[in-house]
Amino acid sequence: MRAVLIDDEPLARSVVREYLLPWVDIEVVAECNDGFEGVKAIMQHQPDLIILDIQMPKINGFEMLELLDQKPDVIFATAFDEYALKAFEAHAIDYLLKPFTRDRFDKAIKKWMDQQHSSITKQNTKKLIDDVLQTSQNDRVVVKTGTKITIIPVEDILYLKADDDYVSIYTKDASYLKNKTMAFFEQTLRADQFVRVHRSYILRIQEITRIDPYEKDSHLAILKSGAKIPVSKTGYSKLRQVLGL
Amino acid sequence: MATSLLSTNRFRFLFALTAIIWALMQAGIVYWFGYDLTISAVDGGVSAALLALACILTSNIFRFYQPKESRYLYIAAPGIILAAIFTWAGNYALKNIFSDDAGYAVFLNGSIPIRFCFAFLVFAWMALLSVLWYTQQEQQENEQRKSDAEKLAKEAELYNLRQQLQPHFLFNSLNSITALIGSRPEEARKMIHQLSDFLRGTINKDQQPVSLADELDHLQLYLDIEKVRFGHRLETRVEANDTCRSLMLPPMLLQPIVENAIKFGLYDTTGAVIILVTAECIDNELCIHIQNPFDSETTRPKHGTGFGLSGVKRRLYLLFARTDLLQTAADNHIFTTTVKIPQT
Repeated sequence: MRAVLIDDEPLARSVVREYLLPWVDIEVVAECNDGFEGVKAIMQHQPDLIILDIQMPKINGFEMLELLDQKPDVIFATAFDEYALKAFEAHAIDYLLKPFTRDRFDKAIKKWMDQQHSSITKQNTKKLIDDVLQTSQNDRVVVKTGTKITIIPVEDILYLKADDDYVSIYTKDASYLKNKTMAFFEQTLRADQFVRVHRSYILRIQEITRIDPYEKDSHLAILKSGAKIPVSKTGYSKLRQVLGL
Repeated sequence: MATSLLSTNRFRFLFALTAIIWALMQAGIVYWFGYDLTISAVDGGVSAALLALACILTSNIFRFYQPKESRYLYIAAPGIILAAIFTWAGNYALKNIFSDDAGYAVFLNGSIPIRFCFAFLVFAWMALLSVLWYTQQEQQENEQRKSDAEKLAKEAELYNLRQQLQPHFLFNSLNSITALIGSRPEEARKMIHQLSDFLRGTINKDQQPVSLADELDHLQLYLDIEKVRFGHRLETRVEANDTCRSLMLPPMLLQPIVENAIKFGLYDTTGAVIILVTAECIDNELCIHIQNPFDSETTRPKHGTGFGLSGVKRRLYLLFARTDLLQTAADNHIFTTTVKIPQT
């Protein structure tokens, strides 16, 4: 079985490596300093298990996991993160609190072996990530295009458009695809800055220059960039409410 | 309890002097009406003594009871009652002392309204004075209490601000020690000592200013620990000349700023991070710059302070009553935090 260790502190990784020595079945195929390296290594090695720190440079552990379409099994290891700990408890996810003992580590590995690749654990992990990213007032969105990872500051987002199973995020210079639902963004983005004006559109209120009537019961919002965004009947009343019209 | 109006020597002296003058004046008036010196002196003396007694009583009444605003009747009422008692007592005493002088008795009875009116005026005046005095006393006490409470709250807040040690830092350091114990026990031991010294420094410090040299020594412990954790990426440089090193600053002020810079630098970039701390003295102010790299593509440093520096700003405000002592600037890929400490 292959494992990848992802932690920005080399010493923290060396403890895990040492604790893993007696587990001869598990081979450490890569050690990563941050989430970028982590994504690359996971895509390359397709490990069975990753041992993941949460606070890391640029993108944190949750953001890194979110980028992976095929998520490996995870054992989280963190020193102190009140918020994440609550989320772990809520979703029944095992985690290691640094510094942890060899006994505690072995227990976590045994538990993982017992329920390896279990769909319940995978689902719980997915829910955990959504939960954490949705509630922790994030000021950025992390996207992956091929192997390239881009961090989009929320203040750069002009509007979002539903695209089958994806959401297209439009900024001034580019657009990015993100494997998420519109509902997720409607929840995550600040309600005083973004409004879902249509089943398929969320836009930044400040970008609107004018709203024109269009066919019956619907409108068109013209953005500063020139983009024309359809506004549904319910979207229009939501917009009026936010703008105080 | 408010201090009595008559508790200070100056007021006692004035009070006694007034009583004597009153006695002399009243004796003079009685003498003017044609009575002999003995009668005049006794009349004046008895009246003034009773008046003084009643005044002390009035003052003490209002020491324990202060009428609410616009209840002037409560100020006047004791005055009327006391004036009545005073008039009757004076009349009774003087009549008894000079019981064989029928003419004086008639004079006494005839002067009752005047004696009553004067007594009332004096007592009402005394009552008003007392109320003013005790109200002012109460206000002073309130203000004292308020400033005491504020001082206590300020001290507690300052204490809390200094104690903001990140548990994240502590547990990760312990985890590093765990790693070192197996492979490099000597380094593990060294790190335990550094961590102990650093913690002792954060716990023991009181509010007294320390020299920059001492503060930098303490900061170095912190930097050394962080370098064990992030040695592969973290480089720190501290530059301060000898003049600056002798200047004073509040203890544990720099550590949270540097901690913030390190965190910002380490978590916002993936490459090598240089943290630069430089000190200079400008216009009787110790000026310290802390610089860290950041990624201007993905991070927009907020204007003003932001980035967990609000605690430092609050502390500087509590200590120096100024809000301009902590400033931040983002330039290209370098984020600079500048802290100024006025030297007294």
